[in-house]
Amino acid sequence: MTLFFLIAAALTIAGTAAAMSLRNPIHCILSLTLGLVGLAVLYLQLGAQFVGFTQVLVYVGAVAILAVFAIMMTRSAGSPQQPAFSRSWLSGSAVAVVVFAVLAWAISSALPSTKIVPPQPAVSVNQIGDALMHKFALPLEIIGLLLTAALIGAVIVAMPERRETP
Amino acid sequence: MLGAGILKGLAETARNFLGSYVSKDRLTTVQFPEERPPRIEASRNFPFLVYDGTDPQEGLRCVSCFICEKECPPKCIFIEKSTDKKPDATGKPQFYPARFNIDVSVCMSCQICVEVCPFDAIKMDNAFELSATDRFDALLWNKQQLAKSNNYYHEIHPTEAAAVDAELAAARAKTAAAAAASAAAAAAKKLAAPPIPPTPPTNGDDIL
Amino acid sequence: MIVPDTVDQIFVLSKHWLLGYVPTALQPIVSAILSVAPVLVVFPLLFAITTVLERKGLGRIQNRYGPNRVGPYGFSQPIADGIKSLTKEDIVPRSADQVVHLLAPLLLVMAAFLAYAVLPIGRNMVLTNLNAGVLFFFAVGSMVELAVFMAGWSSRSKYSLLGAMRAVAQMISYEVPLVLASIVVIMASGSLSTVAIVNLQASYTSIWPHWFIFTPWGFTGFVLFMIAATAESNRSPFDLPEGESEIIAGYYIEYSGFKFALFFLGEYLGMFATSGLAITLFLGGWAAPFSFLTWIPSYIWFFAKLLALICVFIWIRGTLPRLRMDQLMGLAWKFMLPMTLLNIFTAGVWHFMPSGFTRWLVCTSLLIVPCLLLSRGLKQRKKLQIRTYRFAE
Repeated sequence: MTLFFLIAAALTIAGTAAAMSLRNPIHCILSLTLGLVGLAVLYLQLGAQFVGFTQVLVYVGAVAILAVFAIMMTRSAGSPQQPAFSRSWLSGSAVAVVVFAVLAWAISSALPSTKIVPPQPAVSVNQIGDALMHKFALPLEIIGLLLTAALIGAVIVAMPERRETP
Repeated sequence: MLGAGILKGLAETARNFLGSYVSKDRLTTVQFPEERPPRIEASRNFPFLVYDGTDPQEGLRCVSCFICEKECPPKCIFIEKSTDKKPDATGKPQFYPARFNIDVSVCMSCQICVEVCPFDAIKMDNAFELSATDRFDALLWNKQQLAKSNNYYHEIHPTEAAAVDAELAAARAKTAAAAAASAAAAAAKKLAAPPIPPTPPTNGDDIL
Repeated sequence: MIVPDTVDQIFVLSKHWLLGYVPTALQPIVSAILSVAPVLVVFPLLFAITTVLERKGLGRIQNRYGPNRVGPYGFSQPIADGIKSLTKEDIVPRSADQVVHLLAPLLLVMAAFLAYAVLPIGRNMVLTNLNAGVLFFFAVGSMVELAVFMAGWSSRSKYSLLGAMRAVAQMISYEVPLVLASIVVIMASGSLSTVAIVNLQASYTSIWPHWFIFTPWGFTGFVLFMIAATAESNRSPFDLPEGESEIIAGYYIEYSGFKFALFFLGEYLGMFATSGLAITLFLGGWAAPFSFLTWIPSYIWFFAKLLALICVFIWIRGTLPRLRMDQLMGLAWKFMLPMTLLNIFTAGVWHFMPSGFTRWLVCTSLLIVPCLLLSRGLKQRKKLQIRTYRFAE
């Protein structure tokens, strides 16, 4: 548990907690972005360079901007008047406690018995590319198909409608 | 060819860039306080009084006839006639302005005073760097500030000044010739005039 | 050659010498600080020089002097500009989002500075030799868009919001050709690390260098990369988001004083960073153009190439008119994206064909023919009618 890990973890937790409790939706998205950057730092600490940078590139560079655009175009400029905590907070916190318990049980039962884990060999981008092209070629193509379907759907939705001449 | 327009544009700007170090017509800026562009002859700003010769008091052409003061639309000219006379360019004694003030903050450079002056005494100057720190007194010009020599007039408006000089010289020559002719005629008349006819003899008629 | 080697490595050697005086426990931190401080000093200085070069260069292109009053021939103008922006009142609109308004320029400058961490400025002179260096660069570059959006949104002004939306749309659209154009180089060199890419280009056959720009796919990639880089840094002819004559300043219209200077700084730093990456990927990084010129130190070559690219940017700014939003987007999606994909295909063909004249012919035609066809197909054919005037006949 080094200092850097503690800082990154604190950043992530603070960002995501703020994302849940802030009023202004744009502030929520920006703190979520902070949490995602913290997550990327954690990936980098684990030695997964490719995943860490792709996390920043995709989540911060694309997803956060998409979310910000969506909020900006669908809400008015004023901040909402609702209180931060909703009225059904009791049942909400009960559900949260149950989910946390399940996840904690799953993680603790999956950890190996020895505390000190030998360092994993660093996975280079070459190996990831190799795996994608050989072992995981079919999932890659299916994901590509999914993205193409989304792209075509977006183009069709955004295309100006053609008036049919009677 | 694809991109030909862009390449031609790039070539043109490169030519401008390099040419601006070499030729003056690719860099037409005049850096004002250090360089000044030449002014055209017809430019004008505020009026000034012309004097011939070297002494502004002696050679001043103005005879304070008050025509420019009367014709000035915003009434920015103020003249006070002198009580004595001084000889002008032809030697004839004329009045002169004891005071000649122009309020430059009012003057609208319409040139009417120049057009109506019968003595070619007031002309338009073209100096424009006239900033003053005081809005009122510094912009009321008196006779000393307004009097500038005929040589200066030649510098700023050469053709006009040459024309005025030619006219004045012609007028002077004409008056001199007319004076000489009338003097000669008077002298000739004296010589050729018949003797005074004798009065007819009276018969001693008594006047009843 | 011993002496030029010392001159070439002088910064590395002096850093090691200085580190010798520091206790071992503090050495990593001091080493990091010693590496980072020069970047924080040199690139803002380059920014200052670029502002005055740009103003004088644009002036000469436009048949006028640039600023020439402040120092010798006007070269101390950035000092005057710096003092002006520091002493101007910092006006924040009352309805603006105060925190986000403050954070936006900070995020922009931070993201722009982070990108310099993977550019090799000289031999053995890179801040961090990451295995995924190029990916890091693009990841950090994508944070700039978020900063632009934050700036536009927090000002709560119509013009700034409009400018921010346009800017973000432009930057996202041009990021795709930017990344795809650099993928060719990654394919050819087999590594994402910038140091490895430059090392591959630093060798010579007789006197000619092995830069990637001297291949058909490299040249196309370079041109596409430069166009996309111009659009990413919101520079003319792609400066509609900050269109000076249209929406005044776009997303940074409500900023004044030092924050405005930070936006300016961030934009130019982004320009330098993408030029630096273009130099690293296509122009051989710190390698000299001919083998008999290698005695000139490597960092001098890097900065010379960077200055040349900056001059090209300024030249293009002075030449081309601004593109309209729809023309801009059309260019990105309809022209540059297909060209970059074709470029990747051509690079693959190049790799698998035996070296020789046929390879050049095939690859060049594979690139030029679709380029011509695409551009002809995309040209808008508007039928211009003869104008008739009602009253002016």
